[in-house]
Amino acid sequence: MELTTFWFAVIAFLWTGYFVLEGFDFGVGMLAPALARNEAERKQVLGTIGPVWDGNEVWLITAVGAMFAAFPAWYAGLLSEFYLPIVLVLVGLIVRGVGLEWRGKVRHASDRAWCDLGVLVGSALPAFLWGAIFADLLRSSATAALVGGVFSLSVCVLHGAVFVALKTTGPVRSRARRAAMIASAVALPAAVAALSHIPVAGTAIGAWSAAPWLWAGALAAMAALAAGVALTWRGRDGWAFAATASSIALGAAALFGALWPAPLPGLTVAEAASGPYTLSVLTWIGLVALPFVLGYQAWSYWVFRRRLVAEVS
Amino acid sequence: MEALDLARWQFGVTTVYHFLFVPLTIGLGVFVAGLQTAWHRTGKEHYLRLTKFFGKLFLINFAMGVVTGIVQEFQFGMNWSEYSIFVGDVFGAPLALEALLAFFLESTFIGLWIFGWDRLPKRVHLATIWAAVIGSNLSAYFILAANAWMKHPVGYEVVDGKARMTDLWAVLTNSTALAQVPHVIAGAFVVAGGFVLAVCGYHLLRERRTASDGTGGASVWRTPMRAALLMTAIAGILVAGSGDMSARLLYEQQPMKLAAAEGLRHDTAGAPFSPVPGLEVPQLLSLLSTHDPNAVVQGTEDLQARYAERFGPGDYRPNLPVVFWSFRVMIVFGLSTVALSVLGLWLTRRRREVPGWFARACVLALPLPTIAVISGWLLSEIGRQPWTVQGELLTAASVSPGVSLAEVAVSLAVFTALYGVLALAEVVLLTRHVKAGPEPVTPAAPLTPPSRGDDESADARLQPTLMY
Ligand code: HDD
Ligand code: HEM
Ligand code: HEM
Repeated sequence: MELTTFWFAVIAFLWTGYFVLEGFDFGVGMLAPALARNEAERKQVLGTIGPVWDGNEVWLITAVGAMFAAFPAWYAGLLSEFYLPIVLVLVGLIVRGVGLEWRGKVRHASDRAWCDLGVLVGSALPAFLWGAIFADLLRSSATAALVGGVFSLSVCVLHGAVFVALKTTGPVRSRARRAAMIASAVALPAAVAALSHIPVAGTAIGAWSAAPWLWAGALAAMAALAAGVALTWRGRDGWAFAATASSIALGAAALFGALWPAPLPGLTVAEAASGPYTLSVLTWIGLVALPFVLGYQAWSYWVFRRRLVAEVS
Repeated sequence: MEALDLARWQFGVTTVYHFLFVPLTIGLGVFVAGLQTAWHRTGKEHYLRLTKFFGKLFLINFAMGVVTGIVQEFQFGMNWSEYSIFVGDVFGAPLALEALLAFFLESTFIGLWIFGWDRLPKRVHLATIWAAVIGSNLSAYFILAANAWMKHPVGYEVVDGKARMTDLWAVLTNSTALAQVPHVIAGAFVVAGGFVLAVCGYHLLRERRTASDGTGGASVWRTPMRAALLMTAIAGILVAGSGDMSARLLYEQQPMKLAAAEGLRHDTAGAPFSPVPGLEVPQLLSLLSTHDPNAVVQGTEDLQARYAERFGPGDYRPNLPVVFWSFRVMIVFGLSTVALSVLGLWLTRRRREVPGWFARACVLALPLPTIAVISGWLLSEIGRQPWTVQGELLTAASVSPGVSLAEVAVSLAVFTALYGVLALAEVVLLTRHVKAGPEPVTPAAPLTPPSRGDDESADARLQPTLMY
């Protein structure tokens, strides 16, 4: 494979990992007030992401860093084009991060309430805005941005609910499963609306034959999401989580498929790319380092594999 | 007022802010890891208490370092798109490596450390904090190598108006980076050492006030204070040595910055050094910057004339008073902290008690080195102006053309307000935890084997799950 294509795929992979992993972080952050009735339960809910959210966020930092290195003009164009939405994403990530880290270290319930508000707002803002930004990039219309935002927000809520159901026991777990059902009432129609536009945008023609792989990806993403809902209904938490995660991954794959070969209007991957020297040294270093990164991240999920209970103190 | 001016303010504000937290993450992380290692080795309970106490302060600060760092990474693309397109090929590489090789390590292992006390074997748990601090220090290396390239670009050629990397190794072993990395990292250890000194000094004083009956003087605070004194003193030597290296590199690579830092207007042989305006030590500047008392040091006005000839009309001088004073503030404030630590080591030698006045003086070790590192950055960044990449790209040509004044104004206002509120919250939070002091170790907490009620609960075994 040619190096620019390869690096486009690497960046698509990093964004996909980010959406899958931080997707449930965002969902958990938004759902915490609804799922937990007291402090012990709030700790239980947020404890499901406590050890991993920061590592998940580094997928974004790496994706953006890799764009800077491999396609400087894409990096610069995307971030300066969507200036104000990006400012809001950053504000969200800031208040969410300090909220999550500080809530265990403040003394008063009122301070903790501020932290919880930060987590809620800071999860909702990026969850909505990433969908809106990428939808607007594909279709450049406000309606598309709105649909994209609602889609990504509701899928994050659903994904997060499924994750909480998988990671907890007791009343929180049953509430999480109910929340997943409620979220699916928005997420499923939004998924149909948003995902069916991806192949159309990618080809400008919209025919099956023009973009069969994009259609396949988008339809599979919809099917996986529906499967996730059905599996949650049946109480198969693990499989349900695998299904919502696959749905997000497939949707992201279709999205980046549609962005190929012009990730910004009027800018092709080839024009945006760094020189072959930079791309090839980064490839070698990446190939050596990535297995380690995936290994220790997987290990940390393994260490925290057990379900959490609400600890009544 | 143009978007350019606000973009510069925004970069300055957000970067200085990020760097308020960075040194503590770098230095305090190692300090905490050291305490935990001491606990692991000796099994003495007070090391565990101190690990948890300083660990909590470290984490409160760490959160701010992380969230403000994300802004930094996005900002190049948002406000400085022309810069990003010009340098991405070279500059993006260390940034991507930083994320891949350092940030993943740091963030994953910090999560394991925080939540792993009762889940991981003791030895593995100790390894997680070391992995995280290695990550922090590695990240500093990569970002500083990127920054050094802006001062002294190497390993590249310009093709079609863009820098193209030709040698990654040259970028990573840039002479400027090799001086700057130890200088900044050692500076971070001075800041962290000063922070610990201030905390210990405060508690020693309070202890004496409340327990003036003399409880034998076996304070918990003596050990961390001695350790911090040692750390600060050693780091101080490295700071001075690497600072001297930096100054000699300026002579060759960034003569305008050197001249501005010295307030030297004209090329002078055997140039004098003036610690404050009006006072001059003959030949000292030449000696410092070249180790030859008679060498010619170039002056700002003569350099300006030469640059205008070479690069075309324009003002190639940075803001002279800011550069001049930030240089002095850095050296004086930084080295006084180091002097304080050397003095402290001497005063407390061979089990001598910490004198009360010295404990009081230690509180100064909190602001002094922090102001020193910030001044160092002002010297380094403002002294480079009007260039973003020395000799290659002007700051005025770096800014995003499509971003309006209003957009930058909104984001500057939003970040400044948010950062202001968070700074306040952080100060309150840190102060409260410092005042509360270390908690007594509940014997059950960290020592129990990794089995807790939740693991055995009936619900957990209800059904197999995919990942857990
Ligand atoms: C000398 C050290 C140093 C310097 C000059 C900078 N940083 Fe920094 N940065 C760190 C040292 C550091 C650190 C110590 O490694 C931090 C602080 C807290 C943390 O988690 O890591 C960090 C955090 C941090 C993060 C969050 C990482 C995470 O989520 O774990 C990002 C994205 C950046 N930084 C990016 C930048 C950029 C783009 C900079 C240039 C303007 C910059 N930093 C200057
Ligand atoms: C964390 C420590 C740093 C501090 C405190 C700092 C401080 C500053 C300040 C005060 C300015 C504004 C100068 C002016 O406008 O006159 C500036 C500009 C700039 N710095 Fe830094 N800097 C730091 C690290 C870095 C690093 C590591 C990089 C690159 C990786 C960098 C890249 C830039 C760029 C691109 C500008 C452009 C804006 C301008 O020149 O005005 N800085 N910095
Ligand atoms: C504890 C004391 C000190 C602290 C905390 C400190 C901190 C810093 C920092 C953070 C920077 C910006 C990064 C860089 O450009 O390397 C800097 C730059 C610099 N420091 Fe220091 N410094 C201290 C003492 C000194 C001393 C004693 C000297 C000289 C003998 C010195 C010489 C320099 C020079 C020349 C630069 C500019 C380098 C450049 O822009 O390329 N520093 N300092």
